[in-house]
Amino acid sequence: MSTLGARGIVPEPIARLPWEMLIPLVLLTGFGGLVLYSAGGGSMQPYALSHFIRFLVFAVMAGMIAVLPRDAVRMLTYPAYSVVLLLLLAVEIVGQVGGGSQRWLEFGPIRIQPSELMKPAVVLAMARFYEALPSGMIGSWRSVLPSGMLIVLPIALVLLQPDLGTSIAIAFGGVVVMFLAGLPLWWFLTAGGLGIAAMPLVYFFALHDYQRARVTTFLDPENDPLGAGYHIAQSKIAIGSGGLFGKGFNNGTQSHLNYLPEPHTDFVFASMAEEWGLTGGIFVLLMYTLILRWGWKVSSEAQDRFSSLLAAGATATIFFYIAINLLMVMGMAPAKGIPLPWMSHGGSSMMTNMICIGLLMMVDRWNRVAPKRGLTFG
Amino acid sequence: MKIPFLGDRPGRTPKMISASILRSSFDRRSIVIGAFQGSIGVLLALRLGYLSIAENEKYRLESESNRVNLTLIPPRRGWILDRNGAPLASNRADFRVDVIPERLQHSDETIDRLGALLELDPSRIAEVKDKVGTARGFQPVEVASGLKYEQFAALSVRMPEFPGVVPQRGFSRSYPTGPSVGHLIGYVGPASAEEYEKDPNPLLITPGYKVGKDGLEKDFEQTLRGEPGARRVEVTAQGRIVRDLETRSDVQGKAVQLTIDGPLQDYLSRRIGLQSGGSVVIDCQTGGILALASMPSFDPNSFVGGIGALRWKMLNENDHIPLLNKAVRGLYPPGSTVKPMATLALQIAGVSPDERVSCPGGYQLGNRFFRCDAVHGSVDMREAIEHSCNTYFWSMVHRVGYDAIAPIAKAFGLGQEYDLPGTSQRFGTVPGSAWKKKRYDQDWTDSDGLNAVIGQGYVLASPLQLAVMTARIASGRDLRPSLVLGNPAPLGPQLPVTAEQLQVTRDGMFRVVNGSGTARGAQIQIGDVRMAGKTGTAQVRRLISRGHVADWASRDHSWFICYAPADAPRYAMATVIEHGGFGATAAAPIARDVMTYLFDPATALDTLHRYEAEWGGTPQQRMSREYAAFVGAAGQSVPQDDFAGVPLTARVDAESRAAPRPDVSPSGTPPVGTAAPQASLPAAPTPAPPPTPAGPAPEAPQ
Repeated sequence: MSTLGARGIVPEPIARLPWEMLIPLVLLTGFGGLVLYSAGGGSMQPYALSHFIRFLVFAVMAGMIAVLPRDAVRMLTYPAYSVVLLLLLAVEIVGQVGGGSQRWLEFGPIRIQPSELMKPAVVLAMARFYEALPSGMIGSWRSVLPSGMLIVLPIALVLLQPDLGTSIAIAFGGVVVMFLAGLPLWWFLTAGGLGIAAMPLVYFFALHDYQRARVTTFLDPENDPLGAGYHIAQSKIAIGSGGLFGKGFNNGTQSHLNYLPEPHTDFVFASMAEEWGLTGGIFVLLMYTLILRWGWKVSSEAQDRFSSLLAAGATATIFFYIAINLLMVMGMAPAKGIPLPWMSHGGSSMMTNMICIGLLMMVDRWNRVAPKRGLTFG
Repeated sequence: MKIPFLGDRPGRTPKMISASILRSSFDRRSIVIGAFQGSIGVLLALRLGYLSIAENEKYRLESESNRVNLTLIPPRRGWILDRNGAPLASNRADFRVDVIPERLQHSDETIDRLGALLELDPSRIAEVKDKVGTARGFQPVEVASGLKYEQFAALSVRMPEFPGVVPQRGFSRSYPTGPSVGHLIGYVGPASAEEYEKDPNPLLITPGYKVGKDGLEKDFEQTLRGEPGARRVEVTAQGRIVRDLETRSDVQGKAVQLTIDGPLQDYLSRRIGLQSGGSVVIDCQTGGILALASMPSFDPNSFVGGIGALRWKMLNENDHIPLLNKAVRGLYPPGSTVKPMATLALQIAGVSPDERVSCPGGYQLGNRFFRCDAVHGSVDMREAIEHSCNTYFWSMVHRVGYDAIAPIAKAFGLGQEYDLPGTSQRFGTVPGSAWKKKRYDQDWTDSDGLNAVIGQGYVLASPLQLAVMTARIASGRDLRPSLVLGNPAPLGPQLPVTAEQLQVTRDGMFRVVNGSGTARGAQIQIGDVRMAGKTGTAQVRRLISRGHVADWASRDHSWFICYAPADAPRYAMATVIEHGGFGATAAAPIARDVMTYLFDPATALDTLHRYEAEWGGTPQQRMSREYAAFVGAAGQSVPQDDFAGVPLTARVDAESRAAPRPDVSPSGTPPVGTAAPQASLPAAPTPAPPPTPAGPAPEAPQ
């Protein structure tokens, strides 16, 4: 891309944009809009149009994030984290007052899910914390307790909503940052082992009935083909019946005749695969691979600890969405309400993922401003 | 840009973890995570490929079975035809409404509204609710059939208000002669849960489909069933129909043609009248069964929509046992009707037909005196049959022993079971010394033999067996009865009698009717056709004097066997009338009229119409009234008349034979698959005008 700029054909600011990510991202969103057009019964309404509009709005937002200076970001990280945490608390309070649980706050026409904002906020805060932590203290209790609190507080609030999927997503982003920050490996192995050992306890005492049903259904989907297993079974039918090239645009019967639940949100990949087949599926996977590979490239080229951890955490958050959603629609993970980035219809996930993209573009810009210093920095 | 990484923090821990170590740790670990993510990506790609290539076939089928809803169209059932191709059982188009309990939302309320719309009577509504409560969820329950088009249309436009209600245009089984063929043909009804489990064919639970429940309908189920049609529609997950894909029409089941002569069957059944009994008419040339009746009967038309609880109760409470096929399952002591057969056995055992026995009005065996019906004086074998003289048979069996008679009884058809579809026969008893030893562990006594030779004691037989016996005596051949036309049972071994021996017996039977015998009242003479026969009176209870007793259930059973024409037998017949008294009083007149019908239908019909006027109409009319009274007694209003909608096919009812008719082949030929009447067989069982379809019947039997 920079070669184009070097030849002077394209103006420098445009040439400097990370096209290796932007092109796959636009293709993916466009393809997602096409699928939503079909899922909407062959019409721009009600899904495809708002999908494109949201993408444009959040692309502008990502562009604004991308131009933030490093010092400002470092300064604003903790306050931003605190604000989001307060919003989460507000959700809990509003929920209690209003009776019953809810996950969002309403500001006029805008409906915000603070738990979504919390995903990038946790990554930012964690990166900021490990930047500030003296390298000698890595391995001591002081390297894990405060950061642990940074993760546990929002997770506790989100679990109260209750929203297990988002809690895990927040934890995943935070733990990936911890891992990359260099905490001793055996901590993770021990925690993992304890986690596996605790799974039965969690299953029997901590999960709600509907969550338990999802897990049992995942383990034995044939057990309940018309109940909780129905979604996954129909999703597999949609994907499997698509074959190599699919049934053709607007010809998906699973989605059009309502057999596939949520064909425009959680199961958008299944609607896509039914109409576009394996070909469409591989295309989508390829686009995600390109975007995530760019994310890792940004992270590894980062100048400093904050940038690299931030970029890696943002990439991991995006990855978590993609992986869990795709594993779910293909019947390899329990059904849970996690949408597919840039394809599913829905503002919250679009916002979260575009914030992550914005953060990555920001780090990418920082990388270009000052070249990597290699071993000499610090 | 300023890189303040750790810069402003003094005092590192002695264990040197430097920024560069952390950086390289980051690099290594990010490779681990990247590799993890990459492997997830590969896993997803493989899984996607597996689903869409390896499992494509399976999921494409599942997707199709989601999308396409197959509705079976019940096939039209094959007809059951009489020997001349007229339908004993056919189908008529009707409008019907079923409910599927599983899909009903508020079942009682929906059924109430449905009942109001279709103007059903409360007893029917209660019946439907009861059935919906007990039925398996997927099993359709018939609410009403034979609806008027207006009712059907009114329901069809309001379908969204009636979830689980299925209005259909279909066909119902129809039996033009109703009760006359009930026991012979059986009936159809919705498949039960057990039947569906045995034969898990989706057709069985298709609304409107009926399986054969009894008799020939049950035995020929697979032949009569046909191929269901199908309507394929595209439906949404909510069951809304998007569009029709294709419709395949049904293939009607194959017809089954019987040896039965429809009009004769109807005449015989109706002629039994108010009495309880069974009767079988056999073709002496082929063994084909021309009529097989058991009365009182049930109307299979009224069972088509399922048997109502009240109707079932009524049939079960009747002491004439209308649900028992007495012609094949009724066992009675045959009484004197076995005497002709006994004379053959005696001749085989060496008794000369001219030997005379003196009857002083009884027979002394040891210290016991067996009383004969009268003082017959000196009788030879022919006269012994003519006058039904017990003393003759007692003295002769005392000479030869009953074990000489039993094998001949079996050779002539007693105690045998026949390969007949749709009948579950009971084979009765031909006793003997070995039999008694085995059964009771007792020795055979002389008095056992005396009882057995006159058809009392241990001997039990059904009307079918006695009809076979009569046909064998009449033809001298080992005829086996058959019920399916064109498929006569092969002859068995030659009977062990000579023509001369048979002639003695036939002479005796001729004199029973035409001489000074016991059945003079049953004489017929139509041209030169005469009848030969033998009466029988079977004791129901010992120690009660024979003859007329007031208590119906204590009276003797009345038997009559006969064949005609006497000189060249064509038809053999056996009739039992339960508790009818003397054979000559109850059974013989019926036999006389039926034989008359075969040779002179018009005269016989006059007789029948005279009787029916006395009895209160045809069996259908009488049963209708009886049911209405029964329902009234149960405190419910009179239901719709089940028989009202049955169209008259004036081709198998008794009257059809008397109607003047053009002698042509059947106009409404039976549907595809009909076995054509076989030309090689005796086509019409009667010298009277053949029973081809007639013009308007002289009267409607309904």
